[in-house]
Amino acid sequence: MSLLHHTPSTAQRRRAAYRRRQTIRSVLVAAASTAVLGTLLVLAVTGAPGWDRVRESFLDPAIARDALPTVLTGLWLNVRLLVCCAAGALLLGLVIALLRTLRGPVFFPVRALAAGYTYTFRGLPLIIVLYLLTLGVPGLRLQGMPPVLVLGGLALVLTYGGYLAEVFRAGIESVHPSQLAAARSLGLTYRQTMRHVVLPQAVRRVAPPLLNDVVALQKDVGLVSLAGPIDAVRAAQIATAQTFNYTPYIVAGVLFVLLAIPLIAVTDWVTLRSARRQSGG
Amino acid sequence: MPVLTCRGLRKEFGDHVVLDGLDLTVDEHRVVALIGASGSGKSTLLRCVNLLEELDDGIIELDGEEISDPRVDADVVRRRIGMVFQSYNLFPHLTVLDNITLAPRRVHGRARADAEAHARELLDRVGLGDKVAAYPDRLSGGQQQRVAIVRALANSPRLMLLDEVTSALDPELVGEVLALIRDLKADGMTMVLATHEMGFAREVADQVCFLDGGRVIEAGPPAQVLGEPTQPRTRQFLRRIIEAGRL
Repeated sequence: MSLLHHTPSTAQRRRAAYRRRQTIRSVLVAAASTAVLGTLLVLAVTGAPGWDRVRESFLDPAIARDALPTVLTGLWLNVRLLVCCAAGALLLGLVIALLRTLRGPVFFPVRALAAGYTYTFRGLPLIIVLYLLTLGVPGLRLQGMPPVLVLGGLALVLTYGGYLAEVFRAGIESVHPSQLAAARSLGLTYRQTMRHVVLPQAVRRVAPPLLNDVVALQKDVGLVSLAGPIDAVRAAQIATAQTFNYTPYIVAGVLFVLLAIPLIAVTDWVTLRSARRQSGG
Repeated sequence: MPVLTCRGLRKEFGDHVVLDGLDLTVDEHRVVALIGASGSGKSTLLRCVNLLEELDDGIIELDGEEISDPRVDADVVRRRIGMVFQSYNLFPHLTVLDNITLAPRRVHGRARADAEAHARELLDRVGLGDKVAAYPDRLSGGQQQRVAIVRALANSPRLMLLDEVTSALDPELVGEVLALIRDLKADGMTMVLATHEMGFAREVADQVCFLDGGRVIEAGPPAQVLGEPTQPRTRQFLRRIIEAGRL
């Protein structure tokens, strides 16, 4: 406020001018070094002896255009699975983490089951869980068996639920005991303390790692194609087999990256915000 | 009948005995100041009274009811006791208003509008009426501690426990919190406060208890305990306080 009426001294004006010159210099240096590195990379790749062959089999525009519709149809399956599985895994993870915080002898079996679950499903490779659920379970020939897609989704939820449960648990344990003491001293029950004091703080704190796991899930949902359903990568594989050209894979890869960008941007934004908030704003 | 009676309280942490047969009686509308060196058991006593720590022996009675009985519902007991901590312990994710109305709404089942009106009234009285929508990290230490006191008051407690509530504050902010405690005394609130502020204890307390080794070594009116202590250890403690320039 008082700064508005402040006339800078000669020393300050000299400093400001020097800083301006330095900034311009930094921008020019950055632009030049980027241009040099970019040129070198392009020259190295296009100058390679096999470049023409690679360009034909990976970057064929006509084949890309033909493959796009089927790959997009596959991608739509990825998106739907991602939304359902992310919601399911987040809910399961939260429930498991809460079960592990229950105290008292009555809850021993519940705690033991929840702990056993996180140990098992974090250790078990996703592909094995997928095969067990999509191939093993239908083999039981039970009445009202859900479709393979649902069983595959369930495998994803079970596996990612284990990871997310541990993230939630870390968040719950990161809330300082003095917060619990304050809540209990006001007469809140253990459950009310969890619901109104511990969980809101815990979830805010672990939002970045939770979202990070959702980004990872986004790529893993495609694995249900091992059981039959056609996702983007599987669609690209089929197109590749028809044309003996790998361009459809590049199409699928680009689409995956485009899909991930908004989610990653949100993750970065949430991380930044929580870091700012913790530093006292 | 006294509001609070403690008889033969014992509390151990591992092989360290923190409370060793401590007796204390607090009558209604009285303010009792607990003084003593760090580790003498002041905070542990307050935490035991609020049932945040489990006793290893002894009996605590609140309005004649034995609350140290394990069959007593601790959540119900705590509604009648307000506690304020050295480090404020406000809920950082809630606004000042939500911090204060959380217990009245969730514990006492009061309607939001009703609880908020009461909270605003209390905040106005402590001069923080303009902070209702602020988050705790936007407040100074003294403001946070005053909100913490209001939060405890919103439950209309029978007894307030204040655990070194000015120890974490910058010296120039201590006064505003002490002024609030003075007002509470004028309103007739029954309080037990652990404190290092000897001048304040002398002014506001009806009784000063000197704790050492987990017992009350000396108790009496402030003028006597702080002015003419009879116990050598009380004298030694006060001498150190005077040397540190705190009295």
